[in-house]
Amino acid sequence: MEKKLLTGNAAVARGFWEAGGQVVSSYPGTPSTEITECASEYPELYAEWAPNEKVAVEVAIGASISGVRALAAMKHVGVNVAADPLFTVSYTGVNGGLVFISADDPGMFSSQNEQDNRHYARAIKIPAVEPSDSAECLAFTKAALAISEQFDTPVMLRLTTRVAHGQTMVELGERVEAETKPYVKNPQKYVMAPANAKPKHKVVEARMRALEEFAETTELNRVEMADTKMGVICSGAVYNYVKEILPTASVLKLGMPYPLPKQKITDFAAAVDELYVIEELDPFYETIIKSWGIECHGKDIFALEDEILPETIAECLRPGECPFATQTAGIAGRPPVLCPGCPHRATFRVLSRLKVTVLGDIGCYTLAFAPPLAAMDTTVCMGASIGMAHGMEKALGREQSQKTVAVLGESTFIHSGISSLVNAVYNGSAITVMILDNSITAMTGHQPNAGSGKDIHQQPAPELDFAELAKACGVKHVWKVDPFDQDKLTAVVKEALEIPEVCVIVAERPCVLLPGAAQNREMTVVAENCIGCKACLRIGCPALAVRDGLVEINDTQCNGCGLCADVCPRGALRKGDAK
Amino acid sequence: MTTDIIIAGVGGQGTVLAGRIISQVAQLAGLDVKVSEIHGMSQRGGSVVTQVRFGEKILSPLVYPGAVNYILAFELLEGLRVAPLLAADGAIIVNDQKLEPVTVLSGRMEYPADAKADIAAVRPQAVFADALALAKEAGTAKAVNLVLLGWLSKQLDFAEELWLDAIAACVKPKFIEINKKAFALGRAL
Ligand SMILES: Cc1ncc(C[n+]2csc(CCOP(=O)(O)OP(=O)(O)O)c2C)c(N)n1
Repeated sequence: MEKKLLTGNAAVARGFWEAGGQVVSSYPGTPSTEITECASEYPELYAEWAPNEKVAVEVAIGASISGVRALAAMKHVGVNVAADPLFTVSYTGVNGGLVFISADDPGMFSSQNEQDNRHYARAIKIPAVEPSDSAECLAFTKAALAISEQFDTPVMLRLTTRVAHGQTMVELGERVEAETKPYVKNPQKYVMAPANAKPKHKVVEARMRALEEFAETTELNRVEMADTKMGVICSGAVYNYVKEILPTASVLKLGMPYPLPKQKITDFAAAVDELYVIEELDPFYETIIKSWGIECHGKDIFALEDEILPETIAECLRPGECPFATQTAGIAGRPPVLCPGCPHRATFRVLSRLKVTVLGDIGCYTLAFAPPLAAMDTTVCMGASIGMAHGMEKALGREQSQKTVAVLGESTFIHSGISSLVNAVYNGSAITVMILDNSITAMTGHQPNAGSGKDIHQQPAPELDFAELAKACGVKHVWKVDPFDQDKLTAVVKEALEIPEVCVIVAERPCVLLPGAAQNREMTVVAENCIGCKACLRIGCPALAVRDGLVEINDTQCNGCGLCADVCPRGALRKGDAK
Repeated sequence: MTTDIIIAGVGGQGTVLAGRIISQVAQLAGLDVKVSEIHGMSQRGGSVVTQVRFGEKILSPLVYPGAVNYILAFELLEGLRVAPLLAADGAIIVNDQKLEPVTVLSGRMEYPADAKADIAAVRPQAVFADALALAKEAGTAKAVNLVLLGWLSKQLDFAEELWLDAIAACVKPKFIEINKKAFALGRAL
């Protein structure tokens, strides 16, 4: 069989394909996005981008109940959005295998929090599996589908960033078609009204007991006995580091983080002198294991925050033994920035000049919070901007909403902003909302959305019209503006802030990274006009620098958007025609 | 025996392709390979680091700080950032190019006045090369990665054919010749 170096995400997609999977519906979110992108490349699979994780899970539930194997992938916070259907599909159970991916992000490489979604498995009362490398990503996806069908339960496949984005060797197999199970109308199973849900809750508890027994015997949980002085319980990415840093330790690798194999863990604990639970984020295993009266080390040694690295284990368990790298302290950081030519920069330049309170949201535009633009006051979760602006007005009155703007990207608006807009209109707000429509879900790597006019395969699809949608929600004042038209955008925002009703401004301009989107104007420095005032640097463009009192344009970076020319008070930067 | 390599640069500099070619060479040589690469926010012009490990059997995909065998740094500041990860007897090449991060451009932080000297203070064996000039000589500024790989190929024991095969497998057909030329210039360093 062919061997290939694959990311964990590509291996999950492959595993789903090999297992005869059929339907994938997801909303993008780092580090889970590539699962669905890879799935879309298999012609046998139906794959789509849904508007949010709740919809994605509901699509997968519908497919599962129809009798086929289905999958929904999301980042950890996506599970919050999808939690409602997940808690109840736990009761209905499945027909075809149903797996959802929770891609957690210890270390927060690209997330707004560091939640540990193993708690969800326990709260939803479903099994979770967690692979350590790409080969296991493939194998465990298949195992998860089998468990789902065997125990009539949705299954959570938990990944972390290191496993999802790490690449390891995978042995590829062939696709084995899964038969479509007949759909049979069965309200006792599928209609979760109280009368049906009460007996179903009993079924769920019995299922958990059966899964606890399964956990004792499944090969997903593996004991590797070595020296018995030290025993380590771990899973996921951490397992690889433990094997490397503690080669003599005995290890109990949990491929199934929930439910836990009580007997297996008790036996393992008895067989070693000292037991260590090494887990990222919360003391999930540790708390359960201690509740059984078993003593172990865990969060007394390891932090609750951040990812665990090989050196973390060495530092904590073999202090003084390991050579440590000298750190070069205090060197300038290189954070991600809005790209040269990014339309968001043009929008936030206006907002920063108007000195309004900006209730922000999640997307590339969140980067505008950083100096020098520093034009965002809040970021909580996707879609929060509109509701928060409404709440602020209700708390502080019209005076506040006259100097407040809610700002969110179009993918975020589709995800969870629409209902907040309806709320603001219905409850008589006078907030101003800006939808930054760059035609794509940029932050997560350019996935098309319902506003892009393209589907996941880049084929033409109906295009949502945000202005019309806002009007249908009851918004009477709607504008479409190109953010690079700085004078017009400024005037429109000022006008909107004065109107005592909900206003929606759609700032339309495709992401500069989209083919053909860069404006490529000829940019020239008029040296004699430059006084070295650095006003141009206030837009935080990585293509601009002021050296020895003179502005400089980095040609390899500049996309010729011309915003700097609008900013310069002395005409030292001149924008010409497109090159 | 495990070989650890770190590739450090700025989003968009071609570090990802460099990692892909190295792992392809190791695979062609029949070795186990693991790669760790974080993508996401960093694509927007931030620091990017790829870790490649190969050998008979690789356990952790992550390198151990202070034990790395080879470092390819695509930019001076990024070279300075990762230099301490190199083993005392490791080898490091740094592309002699300065890309100021926005923290420096906006005047909040300073770019090291003499980054080369700072790197040499951490790892005196550091090699500096104007890989950008060599890449342009080969035909494209984008081939900095292949120049640095050319240097790396001289440090490792793999046959040159393996590298050329890996380049052919990882690069778009129309860029293969330019990339091979940049690779050859790097080998001559
Ligand atoms: C619940 C949830 N799902 C997914 C994500 C990942 N995510 C962050 S921003 C973003 C989309 C941003 O797209 P858009 O609003 O169009 O802004 P752009 O990045 O294009 O500027 C996504 C999917 C998240 N943070 N939270």
